[in-house]
Amino acid sequence: MIRLEDVHKAFGPKTVLRGMTLHVPKGTSMVIIGGSGTGKSVALKCILGLIAPDSGRILVDGKDATTGDRDAFLARFGMLFQGGALFDSLPVWQNVAFRLLRGALKRPPAQAREIAIEKLRRVGLKPDVADLFPAELSGGMQKRVGLARAIAAEPEIIFFDEPTTGLDPIMAGVINELIREIVTEMGATAMTITHDMTSVRAIADNVAMLHDGVIQWTGPVGKMDDSGDPYLDQFIHGRATGPIEAVR
Amino acid sequence: MSALLSPLGTLGRATLGFLAAVGRVALYGFATLSHIFRPPFYPREFLHALLQIGWLSLPVVGLTAIFTGGALALQIYAGGARFNAEAVVPQIVAIGMVRELGPVLVGLMIAARVTSSIAAEVATMKVTEQIDALVTLSTHPMKYLAVPRVLAALITVPILVGVGDVIGIFGGYVVATQNLGFNPAAYLKNTVDFLEPLDIVSSLVKGCVFGGIAALMGCYYGMNSGRGAQGVGRATKGSVEAAAVLILAANFLLTGVFFSV
Ligand SMILES: Nc1ncnc2c1ncn2[C@@H]1O[C@H](COP(=O)(O)OP(=O)(O)O)[C@@H](O)[C@H]1O
Ligand SMILES: [Mg+2]
Repeated sequence: MIRLEDVHKAFGPKTVLRGMTLHVPKGTSMVIIGGSGTGKSVALKCILGLIAPDSGRILVDGKDATTGDRDAFLARFGMLFQGGALFDSLPVWQNVAFRLLRGALKRPPAQAREIAIEKLRRVGLKPDVADLFPAELSGGMQKRVGLARAIAAEPEIIFFDEPTTGLDPIMAGVINELIREIVTEMGATAMTITHDMTSVRAIADNVAMLHDGVIQWTGPVGKMDDSGDPYLDQFIHGRATGPIEAVR
Repeated sequence: MSALLSPLGTLGRATLGFLAAVGRVALYGFATLSHIFRPPFYPREFLHALLQIGWLSLPVVGLTAIFTGGALALQIYAGGARFNAEAVVPQIVAIGMVRELGPVLVGLMIAARVTSSIAAEVATMKVTEQIDALVTLSTHPMKYLAVPRVLAALITVPILVGVGDVIGIFGGYVVATQNLGFNPAAYLKNTVDFLEPLDIVSSLVKGCVFGGIAALMGCYYGMNSGRGAQGVGRATKGSVEAAAVLILAANFLLTGVFFSV
C-alpha cells in the first residue's frame, strides 16, 4: 500500500535519508525502529508530503503521493506527531474533533463532541479533560490527546510517531493494545515509530530498522530475534558497544 | 581585478537576495489575497481576528492618538507664534493627524501589537509542528491562519485609523481650548471647514494598506520561522522590522499618489 523507493533527503549539508526503500502492505502494522536522529520522523513526513524528498519515489496505492488531489490524499491519513502538536488555542475536544468540525467531514458540534469524548475514553482519558486546554495537560496526556485526534476520523492509514514515549508502563500497554486493535479491527494500515521494544512486540506485524539513512533490516516481527544482523541485535538488546557508534 | 570586483559581487548578491525576498513576500501576499474569496472560509477564526486586531487595539490606538494630537497642538502653537500664525492650530492639527500621523502612528502601533503577536503565534505553531498537523488534518494553513487575520486587518485597521484621527483631533482640541485660549466652537468649525474629502479618503486607504502589510508580515515571518525558541524570536523581530519599514515606505508612496499635484 505504501512504498518508498530509494528516497533521499538532506537538510543543507546534513544527509538524513540516503536511499530508503520500504514496503508496507495494506492492513498491516509496520514498526520503524532506529537510533534518535536517524530520520524516522523525516521519513513519515516525506510520505505525508510535509517534507519534499530530494529524490526517490513514494507511492501510495501505486500512485505517486506527491501528485494528484492533496485533500483527498490527506483525508485518508491520521498522524500522531512526536511532540503531540496539539493546537493550543483550542480546547482538547475541539483538537480531537478538528476534522469533524470543518471541511468534508463536518457535522453538528454536539455530535463531534460526543465522538471526541468517545475517542478520549479509548486513549484512557476521562470526559472532564475535554474542556481543558492542551497547556493544562501533562506531556503524556497531550500525547494521548494527539493519538485521539489521529484516530478521530477513522482514517485508513495511521502514523504514530513515538506513541508511548513519556507514558507510564500501564498507559503504554493501553496504547499498544489500542494501536493493535485499530489495525486488526478497523483494518487500518499503520506505521509506528518507537524505541520501546515491548511496544514493538505488541504492535508490529513487520519491523524495519533505519540506520545511516537506509533500512538496515526489515522482516516479520517473529524473525527479529534471530535475524543475525549485528546492528539489529545491538539495538534490540540495547548494548552500548557494537557496530552502531554510541556517539553520533 | 578580482579584488576590485569582489565588493561588487557582494553587493550584487545582496541585491539579488533582497529582490528574491521581496518577490517571495509579494507572492505570499498575492496568494493570501486570492484565497480571501475562495472557500473554505473559517468564520470563527475571522471573528477571533476581528476581536484581537480591531477591538482590542482600540485602547493603545486611542492613547497614542490623544497624546500625539495634544503635542501637535502645542508644537504648532509655539512654532506658529514665531511668525504670528498661532491661529492655524486647528487646521494644521487636522491635516497633520488625518493625512500623516493618524495612519502612520496607528500603522506602527499595529505593527508593534498585531504583527508581533501574529508572528510569535504562527512561528510557535510552526516549531511545535502545529502547522504540519493542520496540513495533515486537510486544512490549508494559509486559509486557516493567514486569510482570517489579513482580512480582519484590512477591515479593522482603516476603522482604527478613523478613530485615531478623531481622537487625535480631539486631543488637539482639548489642549487648544484648555491651555491655549482657543474658542471651542471656532476651533471645531475651522477643523471641519478645512478638511477635504480626499484627506479622509487618503487616511482610510493608508489604514487599509498598513493593516494588510502588518498582518501579512506577521503571517509570512511566522510561517517561515526557523527552529526552536530562537527561530520564534528571530521571526518576531523580523516581522516587526519589516512591517514598520514597509508601512513607512508605503506611506511615502501613498502620500505621493494622493497629494503630489
Ligand atoms: N526541518 C528540518 N530542518 C533541518 N533539519 C532537520 C529538520 N527536520 C529534521 N532534521 C534533522 O534530521 C535528522 C533526523 O531527524 P528526525 O527524523 O526527527 O529523527 P528521528 O529518527 O529521531 O525521528 C535530525 O538530525 C534533525 O536535526
Ligand atoms: Mg522522531
